[in-house]
Amino acid sequence: MNEWAYTIAFYILAAIIVVSAIGVVAKKNLVHSALLLALCFIGVSGLYILLEADYLAAVQLLVYSGAVAIIIVLGVMLTQHNNINDTNPSNNFQRLSSIIIGLFFIMVVVVINFTPWRSSVANAAQDTVPIIAQLLLIDYMVAFEAVAVLLLAAMIGAILLARGVDKS
Amino acid sequence: MIGLVHFLTVGGLVFAIGLYGVLTKRNLVGILMCIELMLNAVNINLVAFSRFITPEVLVGQVFAIFTIAVAAAEVAVGLALVFRIYHDRNTVHVDRLNIMRW
Repeated sequence: MNEWAYTIAFYILAAIIVVSAIGVVAKKNLVHSALLLALCFIGVSGLYILLEADYLAAVQLLVYSGAVAIIIVLGVMLTQHNNINDTNPSNNFQRLSSIIIGLFFIMVVVVINFTPWRSSVANAAQDTVPIIAQLLLIDYMVAFEAVAVLLLAAMIGAILLARGVDKS
Repeated sequence: MIGLVHFLTVGGLVFAIGLYGVLTKRNLVGILMCIELMLNAVNINLVAFSRFITPEVLVGQVFAIFTIAVAAAEVAVGLALVFRIYHDRNTVHVDRLNIMRW
């Protein structure tokens, strides 16, 4: 792949992700936050394409920017407020939080830069879906089934919680 | 040359932004959004490790798929809880949900 194109694409996608993530936190209007969250998910899916994880990029687009973003927008709509312009306010711990988060981020960057990563120079697998299928359905089969049960339980629990139990 | 460090830095930055949002937001739906941001940051890191450290095994991508499934379950249950709280108390602001505070 062309080195320059890769670098430029990475920086554009990283800028989209970071700016829209900041927007999610900083916007006062909750609907704007939800739409910026969907944009952030699309940017992350672009990063997956750069990392040569094409199946995961498709899953990210379908599940996150499709389903999760729609569910969150629905959640915003169903918890209706009088004034939509001030639905996502911040509390009084902003200064303390930004100090703590700043220290945390500096620590993360230092750890990332001083860890001797054992990078491999091999090329990524070209056809990822057969390898992922092999891993999911043979090596990690128990975890796969557990996730299926977890999703079913979460779905039933969500329906029960949202609908409420009959008093009679 | 874009390497592992760049992707990890982006992941760390998005995680920090999401954590800041969880600590400072007052709306329950806003807090859920920030939790989704943090989960996405972790997914970026997992896929980056999978690409640059074990490019031919793809175990990191399988972990990311499990994380996506658990995140979907989490957002469904979380929003159901938010609906329930809104139905019972007519608010989604965490400052007013202080009945268990001492």
